[in-house]
Amino acid sequence: MTDDVDQKRRHFLTVATAVTGGVGIAFAMYPFLASLKPSARAQALGAPVEVPVGTLEPGEMIRVMWRGRVVFILRRNEEMLSRLPLSTDLLVDPDSAKEDQQPEFAVNEYRSMKPEFLVVEGTCTHLGCAPIAQIDVGPADDWFGGFFCPCHGSRFDLSGRVYKGVPAPDNLRVPPYRFIREDLIMIGADSGAA
Amino acid sequence: MARIESEIGVPKGGFMKWIDDRFPLTETMQYHITQYYASKNFNWWYLFGVLAMVVLMIQLFTGIFLTMNYKPSADEAFASVEYIMRDVEWGWLIRYMHSTGASFFFIVVYLHMFRAMLYGSYKKPRELIWIIGMMIFFALFAEAFSGYLLPWGQMSYWGAQVIISLFGAIPAIGETLVEYIRGDYSISDITLNRFFALHVILIPIALIALVFVHIVALHHVGSSNPDGVEIKDHKGPDGIPLDGVAFHPYHTTKDLVGIIVFLMLFSAVVFFAPDLGGYFLEHANFEAANRMVTPEHIAPVWYFTPFYAILRAVPDKLWGAVLMASAVLLPLFLPWLDRSRVRSIRYRGWIYRLALTLFVISFATLGWLGMQPVDSIYVIMSRIFSVVYFGFFLLMPYYTAIDKTKPVPDRVVYHG
Repeated sequence: MTDDVDQKRRHFLTVATAVTGGVGIAFAMYPFLASLKPSARAQALGAPVEVPVGTLEPGEMIRVMWRGRVVFILRRNEEMLSRLPLSTDLLVDPDSAKEDQQPEFAVNEYRSMKPEFLVVEGTCTHLGCAPIAQIDVGPADDWFGGFFCPCHGSRFDLSGRVYKGVPAPDNLRVPPYRFIREDLIMIGADSGAA
Repeated sequence: MARIESEIGVPKGGFMKWIDDRFPLTETMQYHITQYYASKNFNWWYLFGVLAMVVLMIQLFTGIFLTMNYKPSADEAFASVEYIMRDVEWGWLIRYMHSTGASFFFIVVYLHMFRAMLYGSYKKPRELIWIIGMMIFFALFAEAFSGYLLPWGQMSYWGAQVIISLFGAIPAIGETLVEYIRGDYSISDITLNRFFALHVILIPIALIALVFVHIVALHHVGSSNPDGVEIKDHKGPDGIPLDGVAFHPYHTTKDLVGIIVFLMLFSAVVFFAPDLGGYFLEHANFEAANRMVTPEHIAPVWYFTPFYAILRAVPDKLWGAVLMASAVLLPLFLPWLDRSRVRSIRYRGWIYRLALTLFVISFATLGWLGMQPVDSIYVIMSRIFSVVYFGFFLLMPYYTAIDKTKPVPDRVVYHG
């Protein structure tokens, strides 16, 4: 035993202990972080839902729940569809060019599988409020019907396409869906499109 | 003969001596209370620290009793709050004390922070007290936000939806982060349950710890005063600052008067206007959460609205969130943004007085604007006052450096 302290060795051992302990704590944290993710039950509740649309009149809209979110199903009539081109110049992304905002089949002016049926998530892409449907034209000159978010004033047209100069960055999201029958939509799965 | 202060009140025997030999009780009491010397010229602005402590006690106490009857589940939460209000004996009082306490906490803390800005309390050597104080402020934001979800009313639900969605603006990791916060694909029972855990366990513990550290730092450097002079620079032969008086019994007695006046105002709200016309408890929140419908007019509670107005002033999701976060974080840097040689407003020039006045006006107006519906005139006003708000902080190094200051006295003085 000597009074001489090997400082280099002591420093190495201190650092080695701290690093090993730190790595251990990081690994031990994983279960806690992972427990914050949506649980198996929450994932199961996110399963697809079937919605009968046969009784929906042209011009009528219903709201359904999928994954705890609101989904708007609007059956657009001919007159509504004819209004879509009017707002094209006022929109951020009229052609739905941005990916991940809709399934492949909805990359069109109607943002839908069948022009008649609009299926969009009723969740504003800004901060998640539920936009209000204001289907009629006006009173503002540049309003041709669509969805208005009361929280921060974002505006979307009748295809859920976002206007320029509003806080929402993207078009309303189109969930994956498919027609099981002519009058039955399944929201949440789009494999084997009708 | 000068008194030997350290020997006063030190037990020479008996029970206290037994304790003191095992735990520094007398020493701690002296250091923090009976021999903590704070300036004798404190005005009423210096009450808000102790008042914040009083409100914290009210919140902790009433919170424990609410927890005994509240149920943190989406199916039962709203009904359990109604149960507390109607069926639990005195439940209405306990709940209204807690909800009123939340708003009073912010009133008191905002005034406490403004006091620091008036008298330069954040300047060297008190930077850490200010930073710890800002952390308390952030913790308070988290506490108020998580608490507001618990009644599961319409505003609870949609307010949380908006604020949690803010994190989604962070590029790349945003969406995943939001899922980790909610624990679900939307705000649900799972979210409510974990917010309850944060509200009653994690954040209160953090708050208490931070308040403790805040006071330890304060008692280490000593309290500021309305003249912004160091009372420790002039000590008597007994080593006590000439302008200081002991916290107990002098400041405690005076604080007691302030506490009584405060409790009178507090009781007036609790008993006569617990919702304060929709400012303390928003009317939309008397309706149970409905995922299908956002309330026509959605606004956070008043203490969040200045920052909410800044968020709404920006027509871009990411930049709105960035500016709002900066508005909350900027005051952290006050000790270094302020280049003035003097601390107190009493000896500052007209430029700082004008800047501080504009800041107060912009903060109050933004608070009002944050409650208004979305309308182009309000958006334009929000932009103007946001610029003033940021200007106050960002231009501070410049205007405080050129501001003409008055000579600071050696000792504290009385004004009227």
